[in-house]
Formats: sequence, C-alpha cells, structure tokens
Amino acid sequence: MLILERRVERARLWMWASPVLALVLTIIAGGIIFALAGVDPLHGLYTYFISPLMDGWDREKLIAKAAPLVLIGVGLAVCYTANVWNIGAEGQFVAGALLAGLVPVYFSGWQDASVMAVMLLLGVLGGLLWAMIPAALRVRFHANEILTSLMLVYVVRLAYDWAVRGPLRDPHAMNFPKTVRFDGWQVLPAWGEIHLGAFFALVAALVLYVVMVKMLKGFELRALGSSPRAARFAGFSEHRAVYFVFAVSGALAGLAGACDVMGVSRQLQAPYEPNYGFVAIIVAFLGRLNPIGVIFAGLLLALSYMGGEAAKVSLGVSDNIAKVFQGILLFFILACDTLILYRIRWQGRG
Amino acid sequence: MTPAPKTPPLLEARNLVKAFGPLRANDGVDLTVAAGEIHALLGENGAGKSTLVKMLYGALQPTSGELFWHGEALTIANPAAARALGIGMVFQHFSLFEALTAVENIALALPGDFDLAALSGRIATLSADYGLPLEPSATIADLSVGERQRVEIVRCLLQNPRLLILDEPTSVLTPQEAEQLFITLQRLAAEGCAILYISHRLEEVRRICQRATILRHGKVVAACDPRQETPASLARLMVGGDIHAVRAHRDVAEGPVRLRVHELSLPPDGPFSVALQDISLEVRGGEVLCIAGVAGNGQSELFDALSGERVADYAHAVEIDGLPAGRHGVNWRRKHGAAFVPEERLGHGAVPMFHLSDNVVLTRHAVDHTVAANRRVLRPGARAIADRVIAAFDVRKGKPDPEARALSGGNLQKYVVGREMDRNPGVLVVNQPTWGVDAGAAATIRQALVDLATRGAAVLVISQDLDEIFDIADRIAVIARGELSAAHAARDMTPEMIGLYMAGMDEAAAQAAGEGGHAHP
Amino acid sequence: MDALIPILLTIVTAATPLVLAGIGELLVERAGVLNLGVEGMMIMGAVAGFGAAFVTGSPYLGILASIAAGMAMALLFGFLTLTLATNQTATGLAITLLGLGLSGLIGKPFTGQPITRLPNWDGIDILVVFSFLLAGAVSWFLFRSRAGLIVRAVGDNHTSAHTLGYPVIRVRYLAVLFGGACAGLAGGYLSLSYTPQWIEGMTAGKGWIALALVVFASWRPWRLLAGAYLFGAISILAFTVQTFALGIPSQLLSALPYIVTIVALVIISRNRLMLRANTPACLGRPFVPDR
Repeated sequence: MLILERRVERARLWMWASPVLALVLTIIAGGIIFALAGVDPLHGLYTYFISPLMDGWDREKLIAKAAPLVLIGVGLAVCYTANVWNIGAEGQFVAGALLAGLVPVYFSGWQDASVMAVMLLLGVLGGLLWAMIPAALRVRFHANEILTSLMLVYVVRLAYDWAVRGPLRDPHAMNFPKTVRFDGWQVLPAWGEIHLGAFFALVAALVLYVVMVKMLKGFELRALGSSPRAARFAGFSEHRAVYFVFAVSGALAGLAGACDVMGVSRQLQAPYEPNYGFVAIIVAFLGRLNPIGVIFAGLLLALSYMGGEAAKVSLGVSDNIAKVFQGILLFFILACDTLILYRIRWQGRG
Repeated sequence: MTPAPKTPPLLEARNLVKAFGPLRANDGVDLTVAAGEIHALLGENGAGKSTLVKMLYGALQPTSGELFWHGEALTIANPAAARALGIGMVFQHFSLFEALTAVENIALALPGDFDLAALSGRIATLSADYGLPLEPSATIADLSVGERQRVEIVRCLLQNPRLLILDEPTSVLTPQEAEQLFITLQRLAAEGCAILYISHRLEEVRRICQRATILRHGKVVAACDPRQETPASLARLMVGGDIHAVRAHRDVAEGPVRLRVHELSLPPDGPFSVALQDISLEVRGGEVLCIAGVAGNGQSELFDALSGERVADYAHAVEIDGLPAGRHGVNWRRKHGAAFVPEERLGHGAVPMFHLSDNVVLTRHAVDHTVAANRRVLRPGARAIADRVIAAFDVRKGKPDPEARALSGGNLQKYVVGREMDRNPGVLVVNQPTWGVDAGAAATIRQALVDLATRGAAVLVISQDLDEIFDIADRIAVIARGELSAAHAARDMTPEMIGLYMAGMDEAAAQAAGEGGHAHP
Repeated sequence: MDALIPILLTIVTAATPLVLAGIGELLVERAGVLNLGVEGMMIMGAVAGFGAAFVTGSPYLGILASIAAGMAMALLFGFLTLTLATNQTATGLAITLLGLGLSGLIGKPFTGQPITRLPNWDGIDILVVFSFLLAGAVSWFLFRSRAGLIVRAVGDNHTSAHTLGYPVIRVRYLAVLFGGACAGLAGGYLSLSYTPQWIEGMTAGKGWIALALVVFASWRPWRLLAGAYLFGAISILAFTVQTFALGIPSQLLSALPYIVTIVALVIISRNRLMLRANTPACLGRPFVPDR
C-alpha cells in the first residue's frame, strides 16, 4: 500500500512542479474520457485545449472569461490562506450583479461617467454586504461559514430570480425575465471582447500579491491560517481577519458580478447561473493561493470553459465535460500537493 | 548448543535497531527484564527510551534485531499482540479518549465480550483492591491528570500483565500521589509482574528500582543497580559528562514590583478548561518566582491571562511596571517591556511552517521597527535578529533559515526563549521552560532565566518540574484547580509542602512553611 | 385528522433523502472525517440510479446502482483524504464539483425519460422505511457495539487509537464508504421515488443541508431524524402556503429551507462550549502515522 513519509520541510521543487504535474495528469485523464466517449483522444484534446487558442477573437474571449475567475479567485486565495472557507462567492457575484443592475432600471436617464463608478461601487457593496452575513454569523455565533455561505448562494439566486421576473422586469420585454438593456455609460468600455473587468482583475491580483507577500496584513493572514493559536499569541485578531477576508473576497466577487452584467450581458436576465464563483475555488487552488499564480490558473480555467464549448460544437459532447475536467483538475492538484509535505512510497503489507 | 542453565528472562531484546530515515533512534539496544523486578530505563530526552518501549509494545516495528519472550524469539506485530502476551503500557501523554467514559476507554483495550456493565463491576473491584479509586462512568475530560493515569493503570491491570511499562508516570502526579503509585507498583512486583519504569527523576529510581539500563543517543551506555549509585553518578551516565549546575539562591536585591496580578478571575474558555479564581501575585525586579503545579490546574489559562491573549475584566487585574494592563492585549504588554514564552513551542510559540526569521516577526512586529514598519514586514531585519538569537543560544539547525518544525525540541525551545531574551524584557513570563528538552538545552535556558533576573527583570516561571523549580526559584507558589497559593521563599519550601498545596491543603502547607521550612537543608 | 395523515406522509417523504444522507455523514464525522462531497455523491447516486432503472427497467437495480455510485465517489474521496492526506475541505468541494459535472454528462440522454417508479403505498416505500431503520441501526451501532465505540474513539483521538493498535485509516475508509453508500442512496431516492425523473442538479443543495443537519443534531442519529422531519415539515408548509396564499413570492418560499438551515446552524452553534464538546475532536484533521 501507499505510505506517506513526512518531510522535515516543505519541498520547494514540488511547490512549483505540483500544478504542472496535475495539469499533465488531467490531460491524460481527459484523453481517456474522450476515448470512452467515442472520440479520438488526440483530436478531442486538440479541440478542447488548443483550438480555442488558434483564433485572435477566441484569445480575446479567453481573457474576458478569465477576468471574473481571476477577480474572484484572488479574493478566495486570500480567504483560504487564512483558513476561512468562503465557498459562497457565486452568491456574492450575483448580489453584486443585482445591485449594479438597479441603476439602469431605476435611473435609465443617468448618463455620465459617474453612473459607471456608482454601478461598480454598488457591485462591490452588494458582494461585500452579502459576504458579511456568513462572516458575522461565524464571528458572533460560531456558525460554520462553509455551510452558511453556500446556503446564501441559493437564497440570493432566488432573490435575483424574483427581482428580474418582478419589479426589475422590462415591461416591453414581452414577459421575458430580463431588465432593460444597459447603454452608454452603463456599459463597461471594451477592446474587442475584453472589457474593463480584465484590468480590474490584473490590478486586484497585483495589489493582493503585495499585500500577501510584503505587508504585515499578509503575514497576519498566513499566520492565522497556518496556526491560529500562534497568531493569537502574535496579537492578531481572528475575528477581524474573518471580516477582512470575507470583505475582500465578497467585494471582488461583487465587482466581478457588476462587470459581468455591465460588460457582457448588458442587462439582467434569468436564469443567471454562470458558476464563476464555484470555478474560482479551483482557480484559487490551482494558483497555489498565490495571487500571481491565480492569474495563470484563471486563464487555464477560462480555457476549459472555451474548450467545453468547442467540444460541444465540433465534437457533439455535452459541455458538462468542462465541469468534469475542472473537477478532475482540482483532484490532481490536491493529490500532487501531497508531495510538498510528504514523500510517497510503496510498501508491501506486513 | 547446551540448554540455558537457568530459566530465561521474561523479556529480552538483542541488538534492536530502529531507523527513521537517516536517524537511528535505537542503535543496537540490548535489554533484559526479569519477572518481579522494577527495572528503570534512564536517559535524556531524545535518547531513544520512548522508541524502545514502543517497539516492545508493538506500536513500532524494529528495523532489525530480535525479541525474546520467556526465551522464545517472536515479533510483536501490534499493540493487541503485546497485550495478548501480557504486556501493558501506561503512556506519558495518555492514550485516552477525552469524549469517552472511563469504562469505554478500558473496553477499547480489552478483548472478549463487549459488556460494559460487567466490565464496570470488574473495574470497581480491581480499583478498590489496588487502592486506585475510579468511577467507571465518568467522562475522561472531567478527570484530573492523576485520575486519568489511574484509568490507564487499571486498564493495564485488567489484562493481568506480566510486564507493565510506565513512561514518566510521576511527572504528572503530586508527591503524595506518587507515593501511592509506588506502593501499587511494589505490590505488583511482589506478585511477580515485571515493571519497566521510564523516568528522569533519579531519586525515585534509586528508591524503587532494582536495576537500571541507561540509554544515550540510542545506545545502551550502562546497566547498573541504581541503589549502588548516586544521583550525580547516574546523571553523568545519562548525559555523558557533568552538567553545570545553575547558580542558585543568589542574594536577591529587592527591586520594585514589576509584575502584579490582583484578584484575577476568568471563566473557563473551553469545554476542558479550568477557571481562574482570585489569583494575586507580585514579582519584583531581580527575582524568579516559580509557580508549581500538576498539569491541567490552570497553568495555561494563567499564562494566557498574563500574556494578554485573554484580557481580564478590569484593568488592574494585571499591572506591568505599575501600569494597568488587564484590559490590554499581548502587544500592548510587549510594548511596555513584557515578554512571554508559552508551553507549546510548535503552534503557539512558533508557527511550525514558518521560517525562523518569520517567527521573529510573530512576536516582535509591534515592538521592533527593524522587523515591521509602515505595515510592511522587513525581512532583512527579522533575519538579522534570528541570526543573533541562533548565535547567542547555540541553536543547532540543518540550514540557514529552516522552518520552525525542522528543529529538534531542545533547539526550538532555545530559539523561542532566546527570541524573547533578545529583547531584554523587564518582565518575562515562561510556561514550562524546559518541558521535553534535553539536559544541555535545559541548563542553558535555566541559566538564561536566572541571568535575566540578575539584570533586574521580574521572571515568572510556571513549571511542573520540581527539580527545575528548586534550581532557579527565589520564591515558590503553587497553582491547584485554578487557585494560587501564597508564595514562600524557596528555602522555606520542601517538595512535601508543595505536594500539600497541590492537593489543596493550603493550611497544612502554610503551617509547615512557617515552622519546619528551615529544617530542610 | 384524515387531512393530517397525507400531510405527515409528505413531510416524511420530503425528509427521507436528508435522513439517508445525514445519517451516513453523521457516521463519517463520528470517525473524524469531514466529507463536504455529500452533494456530489448524492447527485451521482441520483443519476446512476435513474440510469440503471431506465436501462434495466428495474427500480431495485436502480437502488443498487445509486449505492455503488455513491461508494465509488466515496472511494475517490477516501483515497485522497485518507491515503494521500489531502485537505478534507478542498477535497470534498472537488467531489461535489466533479459530481455535478459528471452527472450532467452521464445524465444527458436520460433527461425527460420515464422510468418505473419504486413501488409505494401512499408515498411510503421501502427507502422511507429503511431510512427510519437506518437511524436506529446507526444509533445502536455507535453507542452499543464495540465497532461503534472504535469509530467514536478514532474520531475523538486518532493518535491514541493508533497507539492502542486500531487501524485508523481502515476504520475511516469503511466509514467514508458507508457515508458514500448512504449519500448515493439518498440521491437514488430522489430520482427513483420522490420525483421519478432525471433533472440536472436535482439535489439542489440537499447534500449541504444534510451536512448542516449533522451539526444541528450534535452528531446524534435520533436527533438527526427529528431535525430532518422538522425540516421536511417546514418545506412542506412553505409548499402548502404557496398553493393557497397568493401574493407571497414563490421564490421566498423556495428560499425558506436554506434560510431555515442557516437559522438552525446559528441556534445550535451559539453556545461555543457545547458545540466544541459535541464535535468529534479529530474532525477534519488528516492522520499520518509515524512509521
């Protein structure tokens, strides 16, 4: 059977090699899945991983898809570093989208630069406030934030659904559950497919990198995540940190939501389940909880979305295959990360 | 081959080797234990005692070597096999389950029918018989440390052991409880049971053991009759040289009160935690005050209250250099000259996965501008301090700036103590400064504590180790069930008096301190 | 009185998947393992059960298939968290994400297809009865049998259990497989009996609610049963109100189970000391023995 031997220190080599190995293993597993689905594995893999990169327009789309994943992913990376498990980013994303969408519905005539700033700020506020609920429930009542943040995803999805089918619905939309289309200053500036959200993602990643690596705050969060008792001895407050990481990750998820409706769909419509908030969990782990790593991980996961669409169009495979690839990738990352802390040996019984 | 002329020993180990990677924790150990003897296993921390007994108990498998039971070679595949042979073991850090009851804990070690009611009856009979009172339906979490040890011993006795292994059994007992244990052990030996007794308390080994095997660096360095040896000669065999005694009982210059605790009370902060009740004490500059006590009587709770990890209800509950500190957190107290070393090195005093330099930042970020300024961590500054501490305290390590968990216990403890000493604090609070540390490191740390006091600091040491306390204390108080006794001058105290305080018999102890203290040399 | 019985029956059927998955997870957590993959195991059970029933025509084979699918996912979870000592929280999330994707992939051809529903009497079928027996059996197992004592011991202090010679990893594997079987069965109940069809994402967070119920029940089987029925009652109440009272948004009523879950968690977690005393001490902590 497999035996783990504890390493004296973390293996530096594997901290870098583990995500690469995980990716290679995922590609091999992907080939097997294609073969099982009756598709030539090489052709399948080419279609999935390479073809979306061949076209300039597709490359733009890749970056556009990666933007929300990176925005949410860096926030989650900060959370998970502090051992705080916000898995409700999807809900904070929707809350941000919903709040930002109120402006064009109720103030459709408001047309100057300030409206864009207000909508983005409302997005940030929506995500932040929604994230404060599980944070406060954990700090005040010790309620498990994994479960509460996830439950709140379902709640906000239903609230969004109610709003878009009810008060926010465009009366001229012939009963379709959607709002008026945003226009003018209510739409994010874009270069081809790439909207301003990609810029926000890059800035967020760089800022959080500096915070996590150079600043005392990052030190505090790493200490709390690694050893809460020692962090308390250092005078760091766990409660404040819980609020802080939920605020950061919620605000970024909310911003991503606002950017998505302001830059891509340009209206609110139901149903709205982009799943960015869940895929960003994988992004955070694949990026080693390092904000710079998250940028690359976000691009890779964006590719998996596009690959899923490509596979659906040219191979006739369900686009659920993207979710399967994403799940398998996360498995392999977690498994390969074992190599950082342990040596793995095979030992016969007895 | 001629048959052995006499009956073979109960247990014999020949040339046992246990390797963990490159480290040889046991390196060719020979050991014989005869029925009915109390056999001491002596050695420093890290000498390989625990590794050896874990192999005898089947919890570890030897890399090479042979074991004989009644003269027959065998392997002990697992603890259940050891128990089937009649080998029982009482662990130092108990192998009990806190959330389960005493009878459930005992049932887990016994084969046969699963009938808790019948087992409770057997426990009651046996514990009464051996003078080890025990309530079978009590949950372990509610028991004192001494009571927990009783559960472990009764668990072994119910298996009619031929060999009973005890790992540092008295380290968690009051002197009076230890006396009771010796009576039980001597009775067991008289009944023919062999006892393998691990201890570093040489006095008690000389009292109750007929033979001793001494380990150093994984090898047997001597086998002797401890009754023929002196504590000093035994210590030399263990350490392989003389240990410099700490310069004790200095003439204390009466300095000002630098740390004062006044009627400090705190409720328990966890299901298994102790409430602090009305604790008052004063430590003057220049003196070492030691707080003795059996583990689990509120020591870590008191430490947390002194360090400010838990704040008190009112400001004057804790005063540092006359300033009310009770409502302030740990960093305020550090800024005002206090420093703290907790009991748990890994995970409290240091983050295991952090490098040594980052562990400097842990306790100094608020008080040292070379380590952190303008909300930034200054790694070169932290590195410089780490190097200084490493040099001053001779911290041995494999590479320049390793992770804290890569250090041995003694070296990490020197580092964690040294990190605080480096600040030259006016008040130092230390919990169990040398727990699980080798003799060399312990001597270094104790000397540093005394030297710090000599320079005018108030030093408060919380310790379970009476030898250590009598080594370094100017005054001694005792904590029991969250209450602190009055402090007495160390020269007026005896282990017996400390024992009375530990048992909560404060009046008898105070009386003894008043009359008889000076009679003790 | 006559009106009450059908309502009670609907409550019991609504609670059954929560009981099945919750009891399984309760045992897993008693062994010290936090399995956040319940939702993923459940949905795999739902699709596998439906698929098998669709292909073979037998809902009973469907039950077996859902159990097998849940156990397969549990084996994967066990290999990572137990053999490779990975982070249990992250691995559980991975199982859930994978399960949701994989079930969608496998289930595509089954969408909108009919199957033979599991036979029932006024909504009561063998799985409803079984869920009740399961709660009793697990309660007996945990508190009356030696094996159950070992499970609790492993969850309370894995180091001591190892020192006493108990195979910590093997005990946990068995517990995780049992939990997977129960979660798979809960999914099977959904697609074979409760709403006998395959809908993508049809578990709709029930696995997560089951996880919350385990905390709510303080890791005690009978309390979990009671909690699940209470929960079923609230869901059914919401459903009933929805049919009668106009003006209350249906989304609010649909959100009620999730809100109730949060409120229940808050109530049970408020007393930190009690929560900590009840929680298996090793919950979520990987175990790697020294060798």
